[in-house]
Amino acid sequence: MLLLSIDSSAGASAALTGDGEPLSSWQTEQTTSHAEVLAPAVHQLISEASVTGEELGGVVVGAGPGPFTGLRVGLALAHALAEAWDKPLYGVCSLDSLALRATDAGIAGEFLVTTDARRREVYWARYESDDVGSRLIEGPFVGPAAELPALPAVGSGVQLYPQDLSVPELLPDAAAWLPDAAELGRLAHGAVTGELTGVLCPPLPLYLRGSDAKVPQQMLKGAAS
Amino acid sequence: MNATAAAAEPLVLGIETSCDETGVGIVRGTRLLANEVASSMEEHVRFGGVIPEIAARAHLEAFTPTLRKALATAGVQLQEVDAIAVTAGPGLAGALMVGLSSAKGLALATGKPLYGINHLVAHVAVGLLGGGDPGAPGPEESGGTAVSGSTASTASPALPGQWSRAKTGAGTRCSEPVETGESRRRSQASPSIGALLVSGGHTEILRVGSLTDDVELLGATIDDAAGEAYDKTARLLGLGYPGGPKIDAAAGEGDPTAFAFPRGLTRPKFEGTAENPGKHRHNWSFSGLKTAVARAVEQFQLAGLEVPVADIAASFQEAVVDVLTSKAVRACQEHGLNTLLLGGGVAANSRLRGLLAERCAAAGIELTVPPIPLCTDNGAMVAALGAQLVASGARASSLAIPADSSLPVHRISL
Repeated sequence: MLLLSIDSSAGASAALTGDGEPLSSWQTEQTTSHAEVLAPAVHQLISEASVTGEELGGVVVGAGPGPFTGLRVGLALAHALAEAWDKPLYGVCSLDSLALRATDAGIAGEFLVTTDARRREVYWARYESDDVGSRLIEGPFVGPAAELPALPAVGSGVQLYPQDLSVPELLPDAAAWLPDAAELGRLAHGAVTGELTGVLCPPLPLYLRGSDAKVPQQMLKGAAS
Repeated sequence: MNATAAAAEPLVLGIETSCDETGVGIVRGTRLLANEVASSMEEHVRFGGVIPEIAARAHLEAFTPTLRKALATAGVQLQEVDAIAVTAGPGLAGALMVGLSSAKGLALATGKPLYGINHLVAHVAVGLLGGGDPGAPGPEESGGTAVSGSTASTASPALPGQWSRAKTGAGTRCSEPVETGESRRRSQASPSIGALLVSGGHTEILRVGSLTDDVELLGATIDDAAGEAYDKTARLLGLGYPGGPKIDAAAGEGDPTAFAFPRGLTRPKFEGTAENPGKHRHNWSFSGLKTAVARAVEQFQLAGLEVPVADIAASFQEAVVDVLTSKAVRACQEHGLNTLLLGGGVAANSRLRGLLAERCAAAGIELTVPPIPLCTDNGAMVAALGAQLVASGARASSLAIPADSSLPVHRISL
């Protein structure tokens, strides 16, 4: 099954996968240009692969967590593509991408996936990998790196907060990892074919934070009077 | 309507997400087929103003349902449309990006051209839609259009560009407009109309020579938008949100001459003369007015007296509407504009419509106010401008265009 996957939870990425295997992919580490670069990248990806919407089995989107504005760019794009092509849209937690990468690399036991949540915090989740398989234990959450469980961690949170987090010895470069659409495509394929459970989530943003809006004093007074 | 536009009546889907309204509209040429709007206004009420993050979240949730409704109302399939138009700016960046990204997805998936357009010019283009006059008042107009001729008050103005000018005698009704050299050259080439746009985010007067390639900003607010001043004043008076209708209602019971609130930027040093205009001749300022209202409220509160809410609301409204209309009408006169279109959410304000109609009539200017659902932010206006751009052969936008929160009005498309 051919899937188009999109993620804009940290950097941005897009990938075409066939039966879970990556066919072609694109990614950027840039965090402030999703609205400009993502759609042209998807266009190029499907054009170069000569893939039409008709041939796709669905669209997969990283639901985050991630910084709001950039995250919404990928979700809005994915929703519109799925709607116009009349194909199913699958959501996958973006942190699962790094959990899959760590599991593939042979990590064992419990570990954390962390990404930049800005405002001196990280998005994170706790996973576990053993002989039976790998799974999410808890999360995703948002909070200061210093308050996370004392476990090896992967993802850009480690790069940002090396005093609080450290990568497993096995994966020295894991502090630079960003979620990637190709991995989300592989996970979604596994879920759709029934090989994996607990992967799919609603294709809606995992904000994990409110809007920060404060009710002005005058409105409080106005409401009281 | 000229032959080209009559031959090409493009079917265009328009998407609007620049503020708190998620709008999807569909037009065929100048015929309105659908105008679906989902508003997050209720979610902003307790804050007394639009919260950008709340608006952006709501756009993402509302987009697909609104799109489906618009297609169903119009009775068209997405694949049938000739182009996708979307507001690229100005507006709230995070909100714009939702609509823009959605529009790019639709364009990419369908292979249709994308037009990233200017929100303010779309407010003018909406004047082409609706009513019994789909914009071609000439005898060549063929019958049988979908929109029946029932709403005379919504008749389209003689919008420049693709439109024939039925009102050839207009000049005789105008009291000797003082023309600058520039405006005279332009008006000879292509008679222009004025557009006064007043909303919570905008207060502008434009000269529109052509919707597709000649729009000029004549004046604008230098601080708060008029609608923003209404919202802030309504908060001060404890009237709630949105401020426009609340103050309009309260003002009905009050005396508009009770308080002499300031008319911003009306002193000679700002205005100059027609021949030698000052820097702010056609500009507005509402922040001083808001402060004056706050001082007035405070004086009553400090004295332990009841705040005369109705009188303050009426006097505030009169100050806003007086300076808005007097400057707009003068800008039209001095640029030789015989037709004025009113747009934006504050067009719903009864006193603004009343006084503007009065002053336009006195100045021999024809005033057009589209139906209110087309004055407030909507997708149909975006589609209407998109259709003009398609018909004029304008270049489509790249999938790489950014959302431009401060897109200047002369950039009609990106």
